[in-house]
Amino acid sequence: MKLKQLSLFLENKPGALSRPVRLLAKARFNIVTLSIADANQFGILRLILRDWEKAKKLLEKNGFVVKITDMVAVEVSDQPGGLAKILDVVEKSGLNVEFMYAFTEKRENKAVLVFRFDDPDNAIKILQKSKVNVVASVDLLKQI
Amino acid sequence: MKKNLIASFHPASAPDFLPLEQLQALQLQRIKGMVQRAYNHVALFRKRMDNAGMEPTDVRSLDDVTKLPFTVKTDLRDTYPFGLFASPMKDIVRLHASTGTTGKPIVVAYTKEDIEVWTNVMVRSFAACGLHAGDVIQNAYGYGLFTGGLGAHYGAEALGATVIPISGGNTQRQLMVMKDFGSTAICCTPSYFLHIIEQAPELGVKLKELPLRVGVFGAEPWTESMRRRIEAESGLKAYDIYGLSEIIGPGVAMECECQAGPHIFEDWFYPEIIDLKTGKPLPDGEEGELVLTTLGKQAMPMIRYRTRDITALTSEPCECGRTLRRIQRIGRRSDDMFIIRGVNVYPSQIETALLKVEGTLPHYQIILTRDKGLDEVEVQVEVTKEVFGDTVGALEEVQRNLGHSIETLTGLRMKVRMVQPQTITRSEGKAKRVIDQRKM
Repeated sequence: MKLKQLSLFLENKPGALSRPVRLLAKARFNIVTLSIADANQFGILRLILRDWEKAKKLLEKNGFVVKITDMVAVEVSDQPGGLAKILDVVEKSGLNVEFMYAFTEKRENKAVLVFRFDDPDNAIKILQKSKVNVVASVDLLKQI
Repeated sequence: MKKNLIASFHPASAPDFLPLEQLQALQLQRIKGMVQRAYNHVALFRKRMDNAGMEPTDVRSLDDVTKLPFTVKTDLRDTYPFGLFASPMKDIVRLHASTGTTGKPIVVAYTKEDIEVWTNVMVRSFAACGLHAGDVIQNAYGYGLFTGGLGAHYGAEALGATVIPISGGNTQRQLMVMKDFGSTAICCTPSYFLHIIEQAPELGVKLKELPLRVGVFGAEPWTESMRRRIEAESGLKAYDIYGLSEIIGPGVAMECECQAGPHIFEDWFYPEIIDLKTGKPLPDGEEGELVLTTLGKQAMPMIRYRTRDITALTSEPCECGRTLRRIQRIGRRSDDMFIIRGVNVYPSQIETALLKVEGTLPHYQIILTRDKGLDEVEVQVEVTKEVFGDTVGALEEVQRNLGHSIETLTGLRMKVRMVQPQTITRSEGKAKRVIDQRKM
């Protein structure tokens, strides 16, 4: 039920983002989605990819520090209020969201929200109890 | 330790155990000879003695040594290349040179006897940390003008061990040889060995499963925490060897199996500790600059050479039974010291601070800049797997902790910048810790 996210440390300087992205492109890795967190002096690039294990190896071989985190992916209809509905559940259950990002699926009229929770397993249980559509990672990566 | 005494005893190590009285008598006799030799053959030394109104025969006891003039590094530069030689070229069988930590070259010379003394102290160094015939010593000190390579080489051969003269660099080959040849010991700088440790997993080498059991590390200051890390991650025992080209090269002092600070081979090198500012001698146990006098050097006698290394001498008996005094691990040199906003800072202090924050590897660099007349320090620290998380907060906290730890140890607020791994230049020789970009 969990999705693997790769996160990379980036220095805050020109070219810092393009290096890992080019590396992945050259090796024909397709990035499903990404998000960048920026602090004053550095950034963190977060990536979701199908072949995350191979991508991790490639990046590490090229000197990057790569961290794997379990994310929870939730499917909602791509329309107004889609996110709000999920957040209601999250809020009521007292789950703490570290951060989240989203992407839309091409074929279906659906959006996927990717959540980083403190305790992903507990979060999945709570979300499923509330009938939220948690996507199995296999399904998700197959669809795209 | 006691039970290993016989097993690790090498006949060459006999002088390590001389009774104090005998050792001091030997030191005095040799110092007298050295002073006479330098006076007869080295113009600079003779001039200084004359200016001080001293004659070689004024040295009647070891206490008189403190009256002799100092020799400093710039003396070697000023008389470059051969000005301090006390032997004619026909008696000199080897030249070495060092660029030194501060740039300009110095040249050192050896007669045949000098090489023998050097070999002797290196044999005793290896024996002290439990190496013997049958060991396979991978010598990753640089061969060439640098004294490390050949110094360790001659010692290891004379010990009867198998030497692998691989020299420095090419980490991949180092690891291959280490594994395939079954090296039981390695000689290199501690920072280079850390580099080897880092590279090993990538090349599929499990250091802990290799026969490697002893590391002879020197040629740069390192810390106790670095030793712990090296030992925990590689499974070998890490020993501190001390030396400098001006005196002889590696083998001036070496740790025994107790790992309680290097024993100075006092029968060949006479140590003193002096106050950095006043030059006055300090008693054992007090910290100051290490001053060394060679007791056998023919080609280039060094009288009261100021090493710029900060340490203290200890005469506390060592469990190994050696009567030789020990120096405290040299974590800092007066050379590397920098002054920021009027405060003296040593890179080793920064290192200790970084290591205190859990999981931080000691790959770092200190950048000094000056902005509108104000000195700024930036400590660049490579991000490691251990500290990196996917949230900004976690990494910022590491950054804060590092800054706080530095401030606690140095009393100064310094900027900490996390940088991409493998971006700080790795040295295969001496690590360049401080980059001073201040325009004075």
